[in-house]
Formats: sequence, structure tokens, C-alpha cells
Amino acid sequence: MEIPSEVRKLAIAAVPPIVAIVLAFLLGSILIFAVGVSPIVAYRSMLDGAFGNIKSFTEVLVKMYPLLLAGLGISIAFTAGAISVGAEGQILMGGLATAFVGTYLGFLPAPLLIPISIMAGFLAGAVWGIIPGYLFAKKGLSVVINTIMLNYIAHYLVNFFINGPFKEPGGYYPQSPRISENAYWPSIIPGTRLHIGIFVALVAVICVYILMKHTPLGVKISSVGVNQKASRYMGIKVEKMIIIALAFSGGLAGIAGAGEIAGIHHRVLSGFSSNYGWDAIAVALLGKLHPFGIVLSALFWAALRVGANNMQRVTQIPVSLVVTIQALTIFFVLISEMWQHKGKLASVTHTFLKRKSIS
Amino acid sequence: MMGLNVSLFSLLFLSGWIASSIRLMTILLLGSLGAVFTARSGITNIGIEGMMLMGSFVAVWGSYTFGNPWIGVLLGGMAGALVGLILGVLSISVGSNQVVSGTIINLFALGLTSFLSAVAFGTSAPSQVPSLGIVPVPLLSKIPFFGPILFQHGLLTYFAVCLVPVVWWIMYKTPTGIIIRAVGEQPEAADTLGISVPLVRYSCVLVSGFLSGIGGAFLSLGQLSVFMENMIAGKGYIALAALVLGKWSPWGVLGSSFLFGAADALQLRIQSMGLLDIPVEFLQMLPYVAAMVALAGFIGKAAPPASMGKPYIKSR
Repeated sequence: MEIPSEVRKLAIAAVPPIVAIVLAFLLGSILIFAVGVSPIVAYRSMLDGAFGNIKSFTEVLVKMYPLLLAGLGISIAFTAGAISVGAEGQILMGGLATAFVGTYLGFLPAPLLIPISIMAGFLAGAVWGIIPGYLFAKKGLSVVINTIMLNYIAHYLVNFFINGPFKEPGGYYPQSPRISENAYWPSIIPGTRLHIGIFVALVAVICVYILMKHTPLGVKISSVGVNQKASRYMGIKVEKMIIIALAFSGGLAGIAGAGEIAGIHHRVLSGFSSNYGWDAIAVALLGKLHPFGIVLSALFWAALRVGANNMQRVTQIPVSLVVTIQALTIFFVLISEMWQHKGKLASVTHTFLKRKSIS
Repeated sequence: MMGLNVSLFSLLFLSGWIASSIRLMTILLLGSLGAVFTARSGITNIGIEGMMLMGSFVAVWGSYTFGNPWIGVLLGGMAGALVGLILGVLSISVGSNQVVSGTIINLFALGLTSFLSAVAFGTSAPSQVPSLGIVPVPLLSKIPFFGPILFQHGLLTYFAVCLVPVVWWIMYKTPTGIIIRAVGEQPEAADTLGISVPLVRYSCVLVSGFLSGIGGAFLSLGQLSVFMENMIAGKGYIALAALVLGKWSPWGVLGSSFLFGAADALQLRIQSMGLLDIPVEFLQMLPYVAAMVALAGFIGKAAPPASMGKPYIKSR
């Protein structure tokens, strides 16, 4: 029987992440065992916590939403060879912009306001991506360092606004006023926090897939990521492509922030992103920088986050154990990625990991 | 009379500010001096943050367990070196992207230290442990004005500053330094001469990990005497910015670490004294903005060691 080559390619691509996950959980079970809990009990409580009932599963999807969008964004930057670790700040800026729009344009009807809020999030995130892109193109400055700095600057900028000019009038807590109900992203299942953002994210997956695989722009961006010199000889404007990639990357993270505000919190709170931007780096790598792979890895990552809370309730094992397991997973992904492609045709991730990136 | 008061006040402000700048500089200097080794051997070390975090936790644990803060410092340094070893495995032996490896290492250190501290100390209030004190230098600390600024610090602060000329000497005046820099600039050529590129790079990540670990220990035992989740809070990244701003050289990172320490000290002072009517958040932002502006304004197109960021794969 002939196995279609597409399916075979996919199956081969899925091997390293799955092996990595299994190994990480095995190592994690040693830690669980060391604190005197049965790993089976712990992992079962995690599974129950994530998929035990409809409500917990909707929570997984709620947490999957920002990871998916920010992870998609990071995959574009990485594919261009630019190591952006700025998703966290871009999420914050996107959320802040959405709150502004939702508050000051609250008189607009929902069908108009919701698309505007998505756009505002995209633009604010994109600006936060263009800055390091521009500094790289003009001054040769490290994208890594500047995106890190911008994460902190965004964090304090948000705190400044919710303690100062954008603080809820007469309120006690450092938070912005509640946005207009016209700006709320409607929930899909009443009684849960699941909002339409998950559809926005899935549309983004398809858009990114088409952009990167089937448009000249996407091909140019990937080409810059594979070989800058050759791209330059072919007449591609390398610097411009990197700025564009970082703009898209930031914009998608910005939409993630928009959903957190308009779909969940309905106002800006300090630290509302809860490290989604950092986790998104791991999500992008686990998904092998492919839009469809990132859907799966974001789902997995979100399930771990939700399941970890239940595990802590049931077994008293701290949530941070799951962070350790997540990091171990990526260790093994990196290792297996380099092994699998030794001497063979390299995958996108492999090319990215191996070459000297624009650090 | 008024004028005298103001000048006396500003003099006190100045001496207090510089003294705390030096204190806050210490962790950055230890981190960036270590990173001089990794950078010169051709490795971008994003993992400083994780090395420091691991060092700060293990130092507190060691001090708590053995009742001696210096055992804590030593263990903290070794824990940092262990994190360096993991970075080495990923970015030297496996040949994976160095920035990605470092980022994941920071995630790993964050998870593991939080998990271990919850297991070791419980989630309740963090316990105080034997900590490092201040050791005034005899005689010198009595000098008016300069004494309290320069000679009333912890031993690790003196150690960090004294390390600057030592690292400079190693890098530029010894065969070891020539080998390290050769590996960073021309790994192929170094390899041809029979130098083991992986061995040199592993040694450098170990040194960097050890120094960053000690830096973390200085924060947890020298300044706060507790461990708190994610207590490094980005200082490892600032140390990395100091490395770039200091152009990958020991004297350069002394200057840039001091600059970042001073920016941090200034925001703490202005904040606590309520001197200026500036929103606190802008002051807190200052070190990060300073880093970006300084990088964009002062160094322009910088030239890092030629092979930095590139995994070296021996071709057969």
C-alpha cells in the first residue's frame, strides 16, 4: 500500500515533538515521585483538569487563544531569521490599545467596534515589532536585546496608564475603566469565558498559512530566513523583509492582547498577559514554526496550564512543576530536531536553529 | 545659609546615590564579565538570567542548610555553572540556536527554582537565612566622602571590581585569552591549529555560569537574604545589554554596568524621597530605555566577535 508522501512527511515531522513530550513527562514524574506523590495520580489530575468536562475544556481554549496568535507571530519572525522575544510586550501594547478604543469609541455599534478593536490591537503590536526591526535595519542593533527591553518598557507603560491618565475614575485599584459593552467580544458558550477570539485565531492560522506558503511576500520572508546573502543577490530587500516580518509578528501578538482585554478582562489590569508572550516562543518551536503545528502545540500548552492548576489543587504539587516539564519538552525538541536532520534535507525549524540568526 | 544646606544635601544625595549604584552594579558586572568569556568564544549567552536565578536559589538553600552564607555563594556559583553546562550541551554539542537555547534555559530555571523553593521552604513567607554582610575596608573606608562610597561594600562587590583587570589580563595578555578570542573570531583556523573549539567554548560557558550564579547569590544573600520566585526579574537581560554596550570588553562592561546600576539607583532614590513629580513607572522604565538609547546612540554598527551566535560544526 502506498502512503501518500504528504502524510508521510507530516508523520515524520511529528516524531520529534511527540518523543520530546514523552521524555519530558518521564523526567517530570521523577520530580513528582521525589516529593512523594504518585506520578499517575498527578498526571491523571492534570488530564482531568484540562479535559474533564466542557467547562474545563473551554478554559483550555481560552488560554490557547493568546498562545496560538502570539506563537504564529513568533513563527513568522523566526522564519525570517529574526529572533524576536518581544511577544510579551506586544501583547500588552495590543491590549492597551484595544482598551483605549473600547473606552473612548464605546459609542460605536458592536459590529463596527469589534473589528476596530482587532485592528487597534494589531497596529499597536505591529509598532512594538517595527521598532526593533527598524533599529536592526538602520543601526544593526540586536533584535533580541531590543525586544527584551521593549517588553519591560511596555510593562511599565501599562502600569503608568492604569495608575495615571487611564485609571478608572474614582476607583481604588490600579486598573482602567471598564470598556463599553459594545466592544465586548461575544462569548460562544454562555456561562464560560470562551469568546469569539478562538475563531479570530483560526482565521489567522489560515491567513498566515496562505501568506507564508502561497504568496510572493511569504516566500521572500522565508528566503531571507534561509540565506540572507543569496536573497540579496536575488534582489530581495533583506532589511525591509525583516521589518515586515517583525511587524506581522508583533501585530498577531497584539491581536492576542486585544482578545485578552475585549474577550476576558474587559479592562486593563497590571500584568494581564501572564507570560503568554514567553510561552509563545516555546509553542512556536514545538509547532515546528508551521501554522498547523502551532495549533496543536498551543492546544497542548494551554491544556498543561489549565491541568496544572487542578493538579496543584488535588496533589499540592506546585504549578511550577509544569513550567519545568514544558522547558524540558523544548530541550528535547531542540535535541531531536538536530538529530533527525543530521545529513538529511533540513526542515524550516532545523534551518532556523542551525544558522546564525539575526540575534 | 540656604545655599550651604542645598549643597550639603546634594553632596549627601550624590554620595548615597553613587554608593547604591555600585551595590546595584555588582550583579550586573558579575553577569556581564562572565558573558565576556562566552561572547569572546563565540557564544551569545541569553541564559544569564536563568544562571543567576538558579544561583540565587541554591545560594539561599545552601546558606539555610549549612548555616554559612559563603557555602551558599559557592554552591550558587556551581549551580550557575551547571546551567551553563546545559546551555553548552544545547548550543555547542547539539548545535542548536544559541538564543533559543538560552531562552528555554531561562524558562527551565524559572520553573525549577519555583518548584524547588516551594518544596524546600513551602509557599508561606520566605524564611530569612544567614546572609552576607558589609565589610568596610580598614583605613580606606575612613576617608571622608570617598570612603563610604567606595569602601563600604560586600566582599562580592570588591571581588567583582577586582575581577575586571584580571579578566582583561587573561583575555589580552595570556595564551588562554588568545585561544579564546581565536575560537570566537576564527573557529575554523583555531581548529586547524589543533585547538578544541568545543572544549574552549564549554570552559567559557562554565565560567560564565559560575560568575552569573555568584551574581545571583549576591542578590539573594547580599541584598535581600531570602529567595523569591523570579527574583532576578530581568537583571540577567540588563547584564546582556551591558555586555553589548561595553563592546564585549572587561573595562567596557565595568562602565556600562555602572551606568545601568546608576540608572536603577536613581529611580529607587527619587521614588523613595519623592523628590520629583515624575510618575514612578517612568523612573522604573529608565534602565531599559537607557539601554536602548545607549545602544542606538553610542555604538552604532557594532562589531561583535565574528563567529558569535554561530554553532561550530566540524566538517570532515
